[in-house]
Amino acid sequence: MHWLGSPPNFYRFAGALRPWLMAVALASAAVGLYGGLVLAPPDYQQGDAYRIIFIHVPSAWMSLFIYATMAVAGLIALVWRVKLAEVIAMECAPTGAAFTLITLLTGSLWGKPMWGTWWTWDARLTSELVLFFLYLGVIGLYTAFEDRRRGARAASLLALVGIVNLPIIHYSVQWWNTLHQGTTVDFLDPARSSIAPAMLWPLLVMALATHLYFFASLLGRTRTGLLSLESGKQWVRVLVDGQPAQTTGAPT
Amino acid sequence: MAHWFAMGGYAVYVWPAYAVFLAVLAWDWFAPALRRRRLTRELRGKLARERTRGTRATRAEAST
Repeated sequence: MHWLGSPPNFYRFAGALRPWLMAVALASAAVGLYGGLVLAPPDYQQGDAYRIIFIHVPSAWMSLFIYATMAVAGLIALVWRVKLAEVIAMECAPTGAAFTLITLLTGSLWGKPMWGTWWTWDARLTSELVLFFLYLGVIGLYTAFEDRRRGARAASLLALVGIVNLPIIHYSVQWWNTLHQGTTVDFLDPARSSIAPAMLWPLLVMALATHLYFFASLLGRTRTGLLSLESGKQWVRVLVDGQPAQTTGAPT
Repeated sequence: MAHWFAMGGYAVYVWPAYAVFLAVLAWDWFAPALRRRRLTRELRGKLARERTRGTRATRAEAST
């Protein structure tokens, strides 16, 4: 673990792992999308419109999962001042914002035919929008500082404060009377899940694909972040100058 | 095939949703690759400049 904490070691490790993660992510996404768009039957109430679920729900899970990952890395950055944790926390934010944006837009495209409106200020939708602004706030605060390490720590603090939003999003459909439908997949009590197996398995495969994608994306972003932060260091000089074959061509 | 593409009349909602998913993730994947390429180019330029400055300095030292 300590070995991996050193930037050059992490850089090499992430570079080796990333293509495999992305390959498995793409393969499982292909299986999941085939299962969701072709094999799964239409819903008896929502027809084929429900098929948005196979990207909407995994993206929504990712928007929360990435936020939690960012907050944990941020906590490590604040308490132990680990440079790698600072970079990981900050590189989580753009991908988290991307998944939150997907959740909001696909939800809108689902809401229009089902509820008759693109948007409503309901508890679930509003708290997810707040999450999007939290991600943008973290990115904005980080880039506002001249000293990037101080910026990362300030933004990590904001990320930690914003974590109160996660349970609000999760329980919003129970605490308030929302237009958004309730939970259909219950991991703690699978018997309570109200989704047919033919619809459930593509959803879970897509959830796996998005998690793997996130890790692959995060490793790539973190490598670039380390390269930028450590640009004066010897290992970066050797990497950039000594082995041009590794840095030109396809970015890995 | 056309029947499948019609998505039971919901094609105008289902396919844009999938397009959004793909487009946003494509941005997420390729934007850092561009940042990385720009960064490597900058670093290599900086190192090259340092090196020429270094050789010029040693040559100047030798001539005095």
